[in-house]
Amino acid sequence: MSQTVTMTVNGKQVSASIDARTLLVQFIREHLQLTGTHVGCDTAQCGACTVHMNGRAVKSCSMLAVQAEGAAITTIEGLAEGDRLHPMQQAFHECHALQCGFCTPGMVMSAVQLLQDNPKPNEEEIRAGLEGNICRCTGYHNIVRAIEQVAAQG
Amino acid sequence: MTDMSSSPIGKSLLRREDKRFLTGNGQYTDDVVMPGQTFGVFVRSPHAHARINAIDTSRALAAPGVVAVFTGDDLAEAKVGGLPCGWLIHSKDGSPMKEPPHPVLAQGKARHVGDQVALVVAESLLQAKDAAEMVDVDYEPLPAVVDTATADTAGAAVHDEVPDNVCYDWGHGDKAAVDAAFARAAKVTRIDLVNNRLIPNAIEPRAANAVHARHDDSYTLYVANQNPHVERLLMSAFVLGLPESKVRVIAPDVGGGFGSKIFLYPEETALVWASKRVGRPIKWTAERSESFLTDAHGRDHVTTAEMAMDADGGFLAMRVKTTANVGAYLSTFASSVPTILYATLLAGQYRTPAIYAEVKAVFTNTAPVDAYRGAGRPEATYVVERLVEQCARDMKLDPAEIRRRNFITDFPYATPVGLTYDIGDYAASLDKAQKLADVAGFPARKQEAAQRGKLRGLGYSCYIEACGLAPSNIAGALGARAGLFEAGEVRVHPTGTVTVFTGSHSHGQGHETTFAQVVAGKLGIPVENVEIVHGDTGRVPFGMGTYGSRSLSVGGTAIVKAIDKVIAKGKKIAAHLLEAADTDIEFDNGEFKVAGTDRKVPFAQIALTAYVPHNYPLDKLEPGLNENAFYDPTNFTYPAGAHICEVEIDPDTGRSQVVQFVAVDDFGNVVNPMIVEGQVHGGLAQGLGQAMLEACAYDADSGQLLTGSYMDYTMPRADDLPKFTVDTTVTPCTHNPLGVKGCGEAGAIGSPPAFINALTDALGVDGIAMPATPERVWRVANKFA
Repeated sequence: MSQTVTMTVNGKQVSASIDARTLLVQFIREHLQLTGTHVGCDTAQCGACTVHMNGRAVKSCSMLAVQAEGAAITTIEGLAEGDRLHPMQQAFHECHALQCGFCTPGMVMSAVQLLQDNPKPNEEEIRAGLEGNICRCTGYHNIVRAIEQVAAQG
Repeated sequence: MTDMSSSPIGKSLLRREDKRFLTGNGQYTDDVVMPGQTFGVFVRSPHAHARINAIDTSRALAAPGVVAVFTGDDLAEAKVGGLPCGWLIHSKDGSPMKEPPHPVLAQGKARHVGDQVALVVAESLLQAKDAAEMVDVDYEPLPAVVDTATADTAGAAVHDEVPDNVCYDWGHGDKAAVDAAFARAAKVTRIDLVNNRLIPNAIEPRAANAVHARHDDSYTLYVANQNPHVERLLMSAFVLGLPESKVRVIAPDVGGGFGSKIFLYPEETALVWASKRVGRPIKWTAERSESFLTDAHGRDHVTTAEMAMDADGGFLAMRVKTTANVGAYLSTFASSVPTILYATLLAGQYRTPAIYAEVKAVFTNTAPVDAYRGAGRPEATYVVERLVEQCARDMKLDPAEIRRRNFITDFPYATPVGLTYDIGDYAASLDKAQKLADVAGFPARKQEAAQRGKLRGLGYSCYIEACGLAPSNIAGALGARAGLFEAGEVRVHPTGTVTVFTGSHSHGQGHETTFAQVVAGKLGIPVENVEIVHGDTGRVPFGMGTYGSRSLSVGGTAIVKAIDKVIAKGKKIAAHLLEAADTDIEFDNGEFKVAGTDRKVPFAQIALTAYVPHNYPLDKLEPGLNENAFYDPTNFTYPAGAHICEVEIDPDTGRSQVVQFVAVDDFGNVVNPMIVEGQVHGGLAQGLGQAMLEACAYDADSGQLLTGSYMDYTMPRADDLPKFTVDTTVTPCTHNPLGVKGCGEAGAIGSPPAFINALTDALGVDGIAMPATPERVWRVANKFA
């Protein structure tokens, strides 16, 4: 069964006729070719698919595209302003908070949300706030440092 | 012009690859979409062991969007071979290991849950998934062999031709000398250990996209893989019978490997074969549940280890007996992991004069087991460092003291298990680690914790690993069926910029930065002028890939050798331009100079001259500046270090917390300290994951995977881990020009025994099984069996 869906992604309105079963992440990756959003687990555990919907971090692998009808979506591709990286992206770079890069887009999107909710978190709160994102490369050490750095700047 | 003091070698340059990953512009295999793309889905066995009586594909073939359905019969008819194993091990009795076929699609039987039985190709992924459910397979379930320790007496056979399920029964070392030493020992310490089975869990699932080109009958395979040339060699020569010239393998951005993406897997092989049949590109990306079921798992050893000591705690001899699970089929390097990469490391950092190990490898109805971060060396380190800890307790010696008494101090040192350590200073790492961990202050911290009702413990691990795989002749003598050198090409462009092609592969290690630092440093040019290309057999001359912490020590050395050739040729060009003898030209800091004069030519001018050879010694020198080199190491490298873990246990909940983890490693010279620290952090997380949280569990009767999702398999998350304290000591490797040893696996090798030693110290017990979950800890803390 196909269905039409319309939403705003990274500031641009998009509309498409899709199979009603299409997940939001599939819509983003396959229909819009925004492949920065990744799928790591299919069970809403790893967080690689995290995007912002109406300003809140959501796992785009565990919702249907049609559930985002009319929503404003921001993906990792929409975070920087032109060539100027978002402070969280910049801090990940400066703190070596990424290795293979696969979890990174979701991790950055979650980290941005984390500081929106709690601008001055302590280390324990940062670690708790990253519960929904799995990284296999970094041991989280430098991810925590990057978030601490942004929090200190803010 | 670059000043020598600004040489990038040794500096923590930020990574050049970061920006594309941070902005969503990385390109992983699943991101690649080809014109006419179709999608593949594998039908997988729901049984651990079953006879396949019949497969009816008619309903699936009639489903909407289906392009084709293939089964094992189709591959047999096309004479597609089985997947090869790259290392031949001989049993003690001299017989070769048993190598039952490893079919690309199941032939007659399925041998583990997830074994691939059919491939469905359709216009869309959803259509392929729908149709896969319509492939009707008539299974006749058979008894499953699951348990490692009892597989050889299970009564059922994974492969009919191997009735006792024993792949090989291997021995290594001088048994007679060991027996004699045990007979005269003042004290014998014995432990029983299980090295828990792990699932690698790179966050990018395995993926492949195979394209056949009709015009020249060639294939291009995009695949999430750590060694594309090896993938091409094994697939084309051993399975599909294709000339390598007709197969291009591209491993683009790869989202973590940890060993699991070294191997040639059935899925990409089936895709390549089928891509010509359907005349369309076919893409397959594993769902996480497929990754759990079919990625090659790691570890899974059951071991008894004994140490014979003199009255002062001096080690006299060590005896180790291990049963290792290789799963249902022999994966690419499966046979070498519990043997060559394991028993050769049992000397650890110690002067134990005699060591004997027996390893029995068994087939079971579980996923294949192969190299996972550390591959054999974490298993060896766990045996040695748990045993040494127990020796200290039995001898009532301080655990650091017994280690110091037995440390190897004279180098080179030939171990009784076949390796020659070139250099090291184990006491220096231990000293530094003890200082950083404030071991002196531990009793006070323990007392303070006790006042809060908490149990504190301190644990050591002094590990060694053999990296930089490998001297090909040594590996060959030990059964390797491949060379283990590395290749590199340095292409200097007319403008003086450089493209480097390396057979090494980066999937998180930061080659594009580290290798560029080496090249820029050696040539005296800005890092920005150096581009690193890897992961494409169509662009890189050859390669053996990335595993065994070999990238910089072997791959980097190949590049250095090629740079040496560039400089040697550059000197000849410079000699011509400067009207001097070749032997009078020196290269330093990006300039060719006539020794003892101020006459000089910059590197960029030499490059331009090589490609615009108007004033050039064409009678004795070819134009162009493009050199390649193959480097085969003369020895392994031996990174070593001291890890100290401090844990605090809440006996009421069983929760154990790593309150401090200090890792002091000797990786030889370090090119980029920031990247090296990051590698250590990640390794520690995986090692602590094994020790605290992770376990692959199969149901003992049915062979069903019980830990088949992130709901069931406990991955380390941010709040499970501490900030790590990492530092280094340096004894440069003696046999490669960079003096480097490798750092990728150390964390995963050293940390599990450090944690368990700390935990048992806190609990006042001799042992606890990994993973030491809160339940297990609570039971021990509360004496509740």
